[in-house]
Amino acid sequence: MDKNLTFPRKPYRTHGGVHVPHLKNTAHIESVEMPAPKTVTITMSQHIGAPCKPTVKVGDTVYVGQVIGDSDAYVSAPIHSSVSGTVKKIEKVAVADGSKVDAITIESDGEMTLFDGIKPPVINNISDLLKAIRASGLVGLGGAGFPAHVKLNIPADKDVDTLIINVAECEPYITADHREVLENSWAIMSGVYALKDILGLKRVIIGVENNKPDAIKVLKDIADNDIDKYDEVRVLPLKASYPFGAEKVLIKACTNRVVPMGKLPSDAGCIVMNVASVAFLAEYMRTGIPLTKKRLTIDGDAIKEPKNVIVPIGVSVKEVIEFAGGYKREPKKLIMGGPMMGAAISDDNIFVAKQNNAILAFTEKKAKLMESTACIRCGKCVDACPMSLLPVSICKAVDSKDVSAMMSTNILNCMECGCCSYACPANRHLVNTIKLGKQIINNEKKRQMPLKEGK
Amino acid sequence: MENKMYVSSSPHFRSDSSTTKIMLDVIIALIPACIAATIIFGPMSLMLIGVCVATCVLSEYISRKVMKRDNTIGDLSAVVTGLLLALNLPVNINPLIAMFGCIVAIVVVKQMFGGIGMNFVNPALAARIVLLVSFPNAMMTWVDAFYYKNPDAVTSATPLASEVGAYSYVDLLLGTHGGSLGETCAVALVIGGVYLVIKKVISPIIPCVYIASSALMALVIGQDPIYQILSGGLLLGAIFMATDYVTSPITKWGKVIYAIGCGVLTILLRTYSNMPEGVSFSILLMNILVPLIESATTPKAFGAVRKGDKK
Repeated sequence: MDKNLTFPRKPYRTHGGVHVPHLKNTAHIESVEMPAPKTVTITMSQHIGAPCKPTVKVGDTVYVGQVIGDSDAYVSAPIHSSVSGTVKKIEKVAVADGSKVDAITIESDGEMTLFDGIKPPVINNISDLLKAIRASGLVGLGGAGFPAHVKLNIPADKDVDTLIINVAECEPYITADHREVLENSWAIMSGVYALKDILGLKRVIIGVENNKPDAIKVLKDIADNDIDKYDEVRVLPLKASYPFGAEKVLIKACTNRVVPMGKLPSDAGCIVMNVASVAFLAEYMRTGIPLTKKRLTIDGDAIKEPKNVIVPIGVSVKEVIEFAGGYKREPKKLIMGGPMMGAAISDDNIFVAKQNNAILAFTEKKAKLMESTACIRCGKCVDACPMSLLPVSICKAVDSKDVSAMMSTNILNCMECGCCSYACPANRHLVNTIKLGKQIINNEKKRQMPLKEGK
Repeated sequence: MENKMYVSSSPHFRSDSSTTKIMLDVIIALIPACIAATIIFGPMSLMLIGVCVATCVLSEYISRKVMKRDNTIGDLSAVVTGLLLALNLPVNINPLIAMFGCIVAIVVVKQMFGGIGMNFVNPALAARIVLLVSFPNAMMTWVDAFYYKNPDAVTSATPLASEVGAYSYVDLLLGTHGGSLGETCAVALVIGGVYLVIKKVISPIIPCVYIASSALMALVIGQDPIYQILSGGLLLGAIFMATDYVTSPITKWGKVIYAIGCGVLTILLRTYSNMPEGVSFSILLMNILVPLIESATTPKAFGAVRKGDKK
């Protein structure tokens, strides 16, 4: 495969997608670091995979970067304290998706003292790298929260030849990655070349939407660096269209390869890393400080001073918004993440996790739910679906609660990007219905499981 | 926090399109045809259009009320049905017959099957066929263009019912000949179609394939393709009736197959059936086949591996 690695001049064709308003209001505002809050509440489930178990007790003294939660499971990442101080309580708290998970509340001493054992990792080969990445607590920072050491652990039978750096940032409002590129270009450069060398890859494609020309310029400088003797790192400007940041769509646009249904990017010879993850990795290699802070875009028409803030993980949404000047109008909807895929939260007593990249607050005007009307079969959802599904047919199957009909529509291939609902002129809640359908299938599977085991 | 937040599933943004806006675009696209009809067939055309639109809207309002469902006249789909039916009628038809057609379209074909989005055939077309079968004389008595300026007007034949070559291509393009209100002026219809494609209300697939396949079919059986395309209701059907969302396939290849079916059937019916016109019947037949066509043309999902695909 690696013989004919080519770099595309322009993105390959992808299906579907919608033109969402960009609303990148905060792209030109310098990020601000938030000072140590009084308390942080760090949840034990900030990644896809097994939740962590607390490794500290109430009353323990902890420092910045100290492991406070870990798990034996492979698909999991340790969780570190983001402040120095005392563990106050360990109890269940609500998270963005509405479920409740264990969380450790730490009262900060305001000192932000670093944990003693912190030192830069020594990395000579891939297994050192994977070990270091696991210890760093890195998960996919683009939003999915997939543990990075799992992603980078390429099975021997997979022929991975391409690293794709995801700077698409296609969700409206969010500019965290954009600011990362402008403010942290050293780390991105260092991270890109380090990963390329250690993983032994011959092709790195930096995919970035063309609505951020200043970021493209910075990234081009990185790609044109002299270290890159054989010009194996290149920038690919993408048309600003949602959802180019979705892994499978990005892989198709950058390499023309298709990730088979239910498989991983490595099955298409690719690894996709979010730009913030790469930058963090470089910082971690230099300092050894684990993932304890996160850059968030704070925006929306209810926010007084929209901007990017760098916050300690575990700080409450309420405090972050207060740090951004508070509300200028009464908020009626709070979203963790972007408006297309983010989760609406019921109050601001939710705590920032590793994979969060934005907090948006909207007023009544923007938050109001529209009544949905009858489907007129216009097919706009079909044209919009990046997965080439038929959302209208999926929803029909879900409405009839017919599991086999749902499965035959490939419902599980839906990534809930929201394009169909966005495009629907009848305002139908397609994504909502599809999520419901997935839940019905899940329940059905659970119901059938004991029967199978009994045989 | 004291005030309650909205909590809903993502996405939290919606495009500003709506059913009403789409229907409004269709109405705008039909305006050139209405103007052409008024010029060619006189002010009576406007009266007929008005009667049809009003009857459709009123029957939609009343039937929703009787069925105790929410009022849907705001989505303007009844206006579109009224317009389309009016444009499919001869100008000198008895308004009572036109009203009967409108009631059939809205009450029987649309609302009895569940209202907008649920009808399996195009309401205006189905109503036209009901009228054609019930009142064949009234539906097939045509007056010539500009008859209203000529007090001794006589009935005329449509280009399809006349000898081939009775009308020049220019006559056909401008629509200065006998026929249904909106079907004669090709130029006006094409303007409307281009508007709909530009506004992304319809995809160009159905009209283009419909026209191309009927032209090919006409060639095959030795007819003049241009004469076939420009005469009768073919353009009105291809641009405004066959593209009806509810009764056409949502898949890309489904649209192609459906449009080929419409085109081929139109020419076959025109040539070999007893009726001079075949557009309505061919679209109606293809409407009924839409579920089959759709299930046969479900696109391959992104990343799906079908049997026989190479790895």
